[in-house]
Amino acid sequence: MEEKVLQGRPDILVDADRDRAGGGLRTEEMLVNMGPQHPSTHGVLRLMLRIDGELVLECTPHIGYLHRCAEKIGENVTPVQFIPITDRLDYLAAMINNHGYSLAVEKLLGMEVPERGRYIRVIMSELNRIASHLVSFGAYGLDMGAFTPFVYAFREREYILDLFEQVCGARLTYSYLSLGGATQDLPEGFPERLAQFLDYFEPKIAEYNQLLSYNQIFVKRTAGVGVISAADAIAWGLTGPCLRGSGVKWDLRKCVPYDIYDRFDFDIPVGLPGGVDGAPPEVVVGDSWNRYYVRMLEMQQSARILRQCLQQLPSGDYRAKVPRVLKLPAREVYLEVEGARGQLGYLVVGDGKPVPRRVKIRGPSFCNLSIASHICRNVLVADVAAIIGSIDVVMGEVDR
Amino acid sequence: MRKFTADDALRPRFSAADQARAVRGFVTAGLVLLAAAVGLGLVAGATQGVGYAAAVGGLVLAGLTGACCLLAALVIRFAALVGRVLLTLALPIFLAGVVGLVILAWIPALLYERVDGIKAAQAGGVVRVAQFEAALAGGAAAGRGPAYLAALVLWPLQFQLARDVLAVVGVVGFVSLVAMFGIWWERKVAGRIQSRLGPMRVGGWHGWAQSLADGLKLLQKEDIFIAGADRALFRLAPYVAFIPAVCLFIALPFSAAWVARDLEVGLIFIFAMLGVGVLGVLLAGWASNNKWSMLGAMREACQMISYEIPLGFSLLVPIMTVGTLRLTAIGEAQSGGFHTWLAFANPFTFTAAVVFFVATLASCKRAPFDLPEAESELVAGYLTEYSGFRWALFFFAEYAEMFAVAALAAVLFFGAWHSPLPAHWGAAWADGPLWQRAAHGLLYSGPLWFVLKGFFFFFVQLWLRWTLPRIRLDQVMYACVQVLLPLTMLALLGNTFWLWLVRPGSWPAVAVNLALTALGGLAVLGMVAIVLYGYLNRRRLVGPMAVDPLPGG
Repeated sequence: MEEKVLQGRPDILVDADRDRAGGGLRTEEMLVNMGPQHPSTHGVLRLMLRIDGELVLECTPHIGYLHRCAEKIGENVTPVQFIPITDRLDYLAAMINNHGYSLAVEKLLGMEVPERGRYIRVIMSELNRIASHLVSFGAYGLDMGAFTPFVYAFREREYILDLFEQVCGARLTYSYLSLGGATQDLPEGFPERLAQFLDYFEPKIAEYNQLLSYNQIFVKRTAGVGVISAADAIAWGLTGPCLRGSGVKWDLRKCVPYDIYDRFDFDIPVGLPGGVDGAPPEVVVGDSWNRYYVRMLEMQQSARILRQCLQQLPSGDYRAKVPRVLKLPAREVYLEVEGARGQLGYLVVGDGKPVPRRVKIRGPSFCNLSIASHICRNVLVADVAAIIGSIDVVMGEVDR
Repeated sequence: MRKFTADDALRPRFSAADQARAVRGFVTAGLVLLAAAVGLGLVAGATQGVGYAAAVGGLVLAGLTGACCLLAALVIRFAALVGRVLLTLALPIFLAGVVGLVILAWIPALLYERVDGIKAAQAGGVVRVAQFEAALAGGAAAGRGPAYLAALVLWPLQFQLARDVLAVVGVVGFVSLVAMFGIWWERKVAGRIQSRLGPMRVGGWHGWAQSLADGLKLLQKEDIFIAGADRALFRLAPYVAFIPAVCLFIALPFSAAWVARDLEVGLIFIFAMLGVGVLGVLLAGWASNNKWSMLGAMREACQMISYEIPLGFSLLVPIMTVGTLRLTAIGEAQSGGFHTWLAFANPFTFTAAVVFFVATLASCKRAPFDLPEAESELVAGYLTEYSGFRWALFFFAEYAEMFAVAALAAVLFFGAWHSPLPAHWGAAWADGPLWQRAAHGLLYSGPLWFVLKGFFFFFVQLWLRWTLPRIRLDQVMYACVQVLLPLTMLALLGNTFWLWLVRPGSWPAVAVNLALTALGGLAVLGMVAIVLYGYLNRRRLVGPMAVDPLPGG
């Protein structure tokens, strides 16, 4: 691109060859900046678009606007002190981040977590997965111009955040799931309120499908847009709903079960071809609609897991005994959990001291976002919003 | 958190010392002005002619201003009490305001009648003030007294220019009111659709003063100029967008006699005004020196201009059916009840009505065609760099245009200013006692039904905006060229053949008319039923969680 800059105006590129071929008709490509503050890019993401009118020729994501040196901080604080930092990675699904880091350090230490603590962790993780998918559903509708589903999603989210507030006092960054289990027990009456919420919430998903998922305008905006084949998805390291939307039935909770997920009965939704199981006929496996719809189905499956948790919830200790001064053995552990956006991995390297030598976080959105430049070619500007929305990035995970 | 109650709204926000100072100032000003009024009264007693008129004018002005100052002093002194009175009497005050506005709009008609009478009595040419005075006083022209003042007021009204100025003032006033009400109502409807309340605080009752407060706020904002923006065009663009939107109302008939200008080519004029609005958008996008604004402006131009074709074609259908471009004539053709409305005349006019509505949605850049303002993609499209009152003008223009096209749909296809009841049903009441005449007037009032129908279609526009997602630009063009255009051409062709082959009053015409009328009636009843059902079952529909208070509430 650089050799074509003329007259010190880097924002206008004149393609001389196209000029001649077009018989003297001068067209110019524009370099437009989408973000980093932008209502549509789910956080501080900067997309440099090279566009020809409405057609996007090239899309380059620029990241790093939310980098907060989380991994470096991990080398200076003890694991218990690092839990609040993990909250802020995927801040929409903070419980899952806590869960993953706690599991990694417990594996390093060989610590056993009591049964009630493990069930509490799964309840919180799945509830947070629902909350995160609600934001994704609402924000995607907002990107597509449907203002109302956003408000409905946040209305349901308010009930979930009320539940979280009753449990640990916080609404977004909880630091509730810590080393050895949960920091506090569930409050009185929590299982009943959770059951009440599930009774209220499960019919709502059908409503949202009626309002948004099967709406012809929405389908036309998202079906067939940004198709990622299964081979491409695996090659680019996509995980989570992006991978499952392309038809690959891979979910860590079923395929490499961690914690107690092997005790629950649930399905893994994958991308549907057109006309199957209620999918509109224009839909293709691996397109934006499928990535979005997988999240709707996952909310239903999470509700299923939650009901089974409530049935099986035992009484007892909610946290193992954690010594005051914890020396991490000189080993390394890499453990992945199924976050709301994909496989969230933690590498913890101990060397005998209370603080780790290295903490490395594999953010799923980082890998998911890498495919943006590959699939945002020769699409319209409006489609870029559809594609980025369907990938559902949270910049906290991307930048750490 | 403590609930925000009426007492909180009424508690004075200024210190007692400030209040006392304000009261003193207003009392002083009021007394001074009243003294000046008395002085001017003495002067008036001694002069004649123009001097007399000036003195009386000054007297009235000073007197009114003085009285207002004293009233202001009273209100500040007893602010809490006054506030409470206003809150309890909010609805009566509002209704009184509406009635007052209607009377205000009715007075010019009476004055014009009088002036026309006097003109007719004279030989011709320009009537002088003295002649007016003679006609009103019944004889002597004294150069002073109430007859002289009345003559001074009536004299300019014989010129068409003065009547036009009054009409324009009325139109601008109405447009401002409509825009302000429309903005408030949009926010309430949006809130209700999104299961929340919308504005609730500003002004007390359901935030009715929200638009007013927003307008005042926007007036005070800093005048921001973008570096590199084309200053002249940047300043010009809001007006080029706003003025055509207001001009639309000049040709719209509120009733058979209530038209600012009953143009022979009314429909063409309206179509032209809708088209000029594109210029404002293009200017705004270009002058902002911002690629995103330019993109938004180009999209908007593309969309609006393409949709003018189906719009024009669908406009041809009522023109052909009634045979004239005059809006009042098209309105008159639909008197006689629900079934005479043009939308229900034959399936082709029905199609044309639907196509017209969709095309005007695109023309007003309303969702689902609101790509030019697509928040998620272009921040605000061509509006991005506008703030303060310039932005308010664009906003006003949009809401004025929305109401205008909604009212236009009503005029062209849905009975204009006629009520759904056939005129002869209530005819007996037009001559009965006062209450019967009042009821008849209300039921069959032209302007009332015009405004109601306009706001009904306005409501449908809001409903669609807050329910449907946005259509992408190429899909917008596809819908225009490959769906709406063939449909509207078919409607035009079909209507032509229908008018040629089918006799009005023959059984196919009547059957189709009745079928479409039934369809329309069912649609309206269905909407009313849905609203009632939703209202009666509101607790159940929202769900069990909604009745639980928030913790600590």
